[in-house]
Amino acid sequence: MTDSNLNPNRPDPIMSVEGAFFWKAADEGRFVVQKCGGCGMLHHPPRAFCPECLSPKKEEAQLSGRGTIVSWVMPVQPPAFGFEVPPVVALIELEEGIRMVSNVEGADPKSMKVGLPVKVAFATTRGGHKLPIFHLA
Amino acid sequence: MAKNNQQAAIVGIGQTEFSRNSGRSEQQLCAEAVLAALADAGLKPADIDGVMTYTLDHSDEVDLMRNIGVKELRYTMRIPQGGAGSISSLVHAKYAVESGFCDCIVLWRSMNERSQYRFGQPNLQLQMSPNGHSSTFVEWCLPFGAQTPATWEALSAGPYVNKYGVTSEDLGRVSVLMRSNAATNPNAWFYGKPITLDDHQSSRWIVAPTLRLLDCCQESDGAVAIVVTRMDRAKDLKQIPARLAAAEYSFLHNHEIISDFYQGDLARLPMSERVTERLVEACGIAPRDCQVAMIYDNFTTQVLRQIEAFGFCGPGEAKDFIREGHMNLDGRNALSPNGGLIGEAYIHGMNNITEGVRQLRGNADNQVRNVESVFMCSGVAGAIITQ
Repeated sequence: MTDSNLNPNRPDPIMSVEGAFFWKAADEGRFVVQKCGGCGMLHHPPRAFCPECLSPKKEEAQLSGRGTIVSWVMPVQPPAFGFEVPPVVALIELEEGIRMVSNVEGADPKSMKVGLPVKVAFATTRGGHKLPIFHLA
Repeated sequence: MAKNNQQAAIVGIGQTEFSRNSGRSEQQLCAEAVLAALADAGLKPADIDGVMTYTLDHSDEVDLMRNIGVKELRYTMRIPQGGAGSISSLVHAKYAVESGFCDCIVLWRSMNERSQYRFGQPNLQLQMSPNGHSSTFVEWCLPFGAQTPATWEALSAGPYVNKYGVTSEDLGRVSVLMRSNAATNPNAWFYGKPITLDDHQSSRWIVAPTLRLLDCCQESDGAVAIVVTRMDRAKDLKQIPARLAAAEYSFLHNHEIISDFYQGDLARLPMSERVTERLVEACGIAPRDCQVAMIYDNFTTQVLRQIEAFGFCGPGEAKDFIREGHMNLDGRNALSPNGGLIGEAYIHGMNNITEGVRQLRGNADNQVRNVESVFMCSGVAGAIITQ
């Protein structure tokens, strides 16, 4: 996993009570998702209860970091706040079967296509937090 | 279902001018629109016993009472999910009056979203709550630059656009139609200003490679209000009542409103499909049976996706349905004759309700012939009004 700092003024994450584990793990360079402590199901976005078994027990599951692009866009105007370079915003389907919004960096936007495989990396925010982003695999 | 004379009906509509700088408070705009709607109906503020709006509106129920002299409320409600709440609010209004919870309810939308804040711009100050009032869970979007409604919509529309080969020109035809309708509607911001497909194609990217400037609705200042009561009372009022034959809402597990990324086949709008089934069950009329279709057009992509999900045509056919003219003013299902949110103003869907009522009354500026029923929708909710 390589670090990226294409947009050093990238906004810091907002950390909800349920979501904080995700961002804290990312700060440590780990890419994780919420796993139900009752039935083991993975959930994103994170939540207080498991909708399958109604357990409030929560664990983290390490993700492989491999996925594919389901959708991608590039917000141009108005510029995304904190991004000097317009980001490629992508919806990634991870091989564990969950989807999340992130960025694809280090590739020409013209080469973006639905279905391309990607691999997780980490970007640094203005406040020094790390966030999971993706590179083409 | 309520008996005919106990059914809900829209009996009054009112609005301010639509502008980019109203020069007065949202609370004042709200009161102006409500007073106009009451005058249209032939009612007084003291007749109101219920008030309702939907989230992301900053005007206030108590302040409205205080402004116009509402004496006592038996019912207040603020529906979640932003503009998607426009038609959802009709569902609540219908059952609030049909159940006898209240007799006469006012719904409104009032915002200075252009002059007071820029609704379409990145919003890091969390004017929206972290869950966007159950519209957009921004924690999982903002640090990745997904910060505007246009970005969320383009990302969510990607699988649809990709699966069916929807081109920018296909989207442009929706915008051209909206602006053509707005051009002959004196109340529209874009009155007298039609566009060509070339204008659309040369407008700048807002979110590449999907949404250009002319794929997006406006940021508008203005307010709209409607009055809902029961048919037995409506017959004594000034206007031809618009009977709320059906109003339905559906929200499905793990979905969101505009940032609807996490569940199911993103080329479909399953909540809209569910609402379609429920409308037919409720009143025996399908959206495609209606002569006028007021479809929430925050973005052109949403129009095509909803045309299919509400059953006007099959999956992937919406671009052709538009191109072949079926939603022109003289087509099978005239689309937003007022010019919609793209052409008239973005009053978060409420101005599409007032246009639907005018079409049914037969006094719209772009009047469609022989209107017996009008369909209105905002993604997760739909309503059918009839005479």
